[in-house]
Amino acid sequence: MPPTNVLDPRYYHKVVDCQWACPAHTNVPLYLRLIAQGRYADSYLLNRESNIFPGILGRTCDRPCEPACRRGRVDEKPVAICRLKRVAADLRGDISDRLPRAPDLKNGKRVALVGAGPSSLTVANDLLPLGYDVTIYDKHAKAGGLMRYSIPAFRLPEPVLDEECGYITGMGATMKYETPVTSMRTLLAEGYDAVFVGSGAPKGKELDIPGRNDAPTIHLGIDWLAAVQHRHITAIEPRVLIIGVGNTAMDCCRTARRLGARDATVLARRARKDFKASPWELEDAEEEGVRIVENHAPKRFIVEQGTLTGMEFDQLQWTEDANGRQRSTVTGTVVIPCDAVILAIGQENAVPWIESDLGIAFDARHMPVVDSMTHESTRPGVFFGGDAAWGPANIIWAVAHGHQAAISIHLHCAGRSLTMRPAAGMTLTSAKLGMQAWSYSNDYNPSPRATMQHQELVKRFSDVSVEVELGFTPDQAAREVERCLNCDIQTAFTDSLCIECDACIDICPTSCLTMTAACDTEAELRDHLSAPTLHPEQALFVSGPLPQTKRLMVKDEDVCLHCGLCAERCPTAAWDMQRFDLKLVYAGGFVAAAEAR
Amino acid sequence: MSSIAKPSVRHPSARKNAIGLTKADYEGAMSTLCAGCGHDSVTASLIQAFWELDLPPHKAAKMSGIGCSSKTTAYFMRQSHGFNSVHGRMPSVTTGANAANRDLTYIGISGDGDSLNIGLGQMVHAIRRNVNMLYVIENNGVYGLTKGQFSATADVGSKSKRGEVHEQAPIDPVLLALTLGATFVARSFSGDKAQLVPILKAGLAHRGFALIDVISPCVSFNDHEGSTKSYAYVRGHGVETVATDFVPLRRSITVPAQHDEVTVVQMHDGHRVRLHATAPGYDPADREAAYGYVRSCIGREELATGLLFVDAAGRDMHDLNRTVPSPLAQLPFSSLCPGSAALDAMMARYR
Repeated sequence: MPPTNVLDPRYYHKVVDCQWACPAHTNVPLYLRLIAQGRYADSYLLNRESNIFPGILGRTCDRPCEPACRRGRVDEKPVAICRLKRVAADLRGDISDRLPRAPDLKNGKRVALVGAGPSSLTVANDLLPLGYDVTIYDKHAKAGGLMRYSIPAFRLPEPVLDEECGYITGMGATMKYETPVTSMRTLLAEGYDAVFVGSGAPKGKELDIPGRNDAPTIHLGIDWLAAVQHRHITAIEPRVLIIGVGNTAMDCCRTARRLGARDATVLARRARKDFKASPWELEDAEEEGVRIVENHAPKRFIVEQGTLTGMEFDQLQWTEDANGRQRSTVTGTVVIPCDAVILAIGQENAVPWIESDLGIAFDARHMPVVDSMTHESTRPGVFFGGDAAWGPANIIWAVAHGHQAAISIHLHCAGRSLTMRPAAGMTLTSAKLGMQAWSYSNDYNPSPRATMQHQELVKRFSDVSVEVELGFTPDQAAREVERCLNCDIQTAFTDSLCIECDACIDICPTSCLTMTAACDTEAELRDHLSAPTLHPEQALFVSGPLPQTKRLMVKDEDVCLHCGLCAERCPTAAWDMQRFDLKLVYAGGFVAAAEAR
Repeated sequence: MSSIAKPSVRHPSARKNAIGLTKADYEGAMSTLCAGCGHDSVTASLIQAFWELDLPPHKAAKMSGIGCSSKTTAYFMRQSHGFNSVHGRMPSVTTGANAANRDLTYIGISGDGDSLNIGLGQMVHAIRRNVNMLYVIENNGVYGLTKGQFSATADVGSKSKRGEVHEQAPIDPVLLALTLGATFVARSFSGDKAQLVPILKAGLAHRGFALIDVISPCVSFNDHEGSTKSYAYVRGHGVETVATDFVPLRRSITVPAQHDEVTVVQMHDGHRVRLHATAPGYDPADREAAYGYVRSCIGREELATGLLFVDAAGRDMHDLNRTVPSPLAQLPFSSLCPGSAALDAMMARYR
């Protein structure tokens, strides 16, 4: 086994599980530490470097960071990262003078962005400070896209959305609201240097079963939510069925409860363990009296004289074959009476306005052919991002796409190769302040995960825009940030200093460390660890040969608490705790540097 | 010293032993010794040995005197009995405790200064009496607590941290114990848990005085070039003479002896110890030969390690003194204090 190359930023990045799992690679541990220090504005701005919507995503993110959080492997639940992000946003105060600004002198390049959703806004955020002339087209009257028209206001209040979208549009983007793009040919003819398509996946999937078009009270979820947002719809019938069990279905059933549905029932084809919706969204819906029924497949709508009276379902039983593939068998049918149905079984891309003869290729599923790294379509200068590129994902993915697309657009406009992208860098700074003193809170805090306070049910049903989650109190936040294991404070090892005294191995609470004879393969090495491997996807750190016995120091990163006791007990400072800071590359951060070389 | 107590979280795979305890249950207070002290590794080995032996902490007594080594009893088995005695007097206190309650497992932790300087007169008599105890000398050749003066085990020619050369002859606890008739004599190294843990377990299973001289480097005052008790020196000069494999009672030996020179020693409680001599012709049951071998190693600047001598059939203090079989605490008051009539009768025998 060769020694681990810790100079490759990917090694330490992977140790920071939350940052690794986040599509935008937000520096979670550092912004949590800034919250702990009461530096809410600094925390917000650090967050904003990679995730330009901390307030929005602090309420609505799909949180890929939390299932990845190391705390979840040593304790019952991960750190409440997402809602802590909201704390920084809620308490940040006035930061307007610290936001990026567009220069007065423009660089002469014009870029068109289609759609004013999260991916386009990210592109604008990155390009406007570089002097680009950015024009954003949207069919709606306000910016935000799906964030505004698919996420109900009780989850995401309008002022939060207005403020964070305003930070970007306020930099001087030309906003063409209520201007749907109807022809890519026409758009291209306007001579933009680059075009970015961030128009999302705006089309709700249809359910082609008998009776679909026979009654007026059968809605497509995504359109219905938008109509509620526009206040075109303000009420719904008393008995509502919601078909589908993704996060949109959760938004629909909860909105329906607020608009007067006495009974809101969500029906899923699959069993609960296979639901698409996030567990916390299911919990929130059930708290509001929504019934969630599994193993029901819609069969037909029952419409009597133009009025919907019910829906018939096949009752399914799922079995798993040897390959883990699930198969259903119908065990019976059932009619569930209802007055209205909302279909929330998925969304699709829809770009009928892109003409087929422009050199923008589409695949067999009518999805644009987009390069996964550069985001460029088959026509140079036309880029895709967000749901428009590869289908529905979530907001934080759209943000990540936007950053990458902005880099590509910047390279494209500079006439450079899109594939010669600068790699991420890193800095490592010792966290040592003195004898047994560290620049982070290294003690393990055994507190359980904080629970979010919710608005009481009567108040939240009084208006569709009453926010349900009240946010963490400063006390709750202060306790919750201490649950973070500071995975960015890395255990850095210098093999030449080690005297093999065993002190680090003896003190490590979670048996991460091993000194063992050299092995040929990682599998062999894993057989010799102090504690068995539980998550083989977690990396092993392997040192070079140690001075006295030529054995290797091996660290299983899996359940390291980053408590620093190995470094405190090390007599020669062979172990040190060092703060890892991933230096991500954004548009504008590199062309000047490349030219300076 | 550490800035924080050891976090309570353990590796999720942490197992419980036969009496339902995890290794963490055998830990104690946070060590206040220097970072890198060999004694902390001895502590870790002791914890491992206790856990593997399913030793109930409330049935053990931790005995110590004064010195860095004697502090270590605070760092393991927080739920045991313990006595931190006057400097060098731990062997006598343990002798008394053992006389009164023979049911406890006695774990004496001492140092080269505590045992071989101030306490030499105490330790030798505990050996002679064959007090049933584990006696660990954490041997670093210096008085660490008073900043590194040479102790009685410092070798001729070894250098202090400031360069002073030592000229007085050392006391070797292994040779001393062999001459005094000790029934269990071993030497090991804090930096070699694979060797130390089985020896500790064998010593705990041994009935009688089990002496283990553990070279445990003083990282602050005796880990430099010129020291003969440094990590590097011990690694360069240690010679494992006898490899020890502790076979617990519940496990049968399924692997046949791979070597002609394997000696199986049956301990009084049914555990077995398998000894594999790596030195040709070495017999860990031959006291004279062991003595000669250890001396010859010293001549070659080698350090013989392993379980060097064991006599599992030796009689311990209670056997020698024909004491009652149960601990005094469990005797009825009428037996412990038979009254003035019994005293008068006894006195009459001397008139």
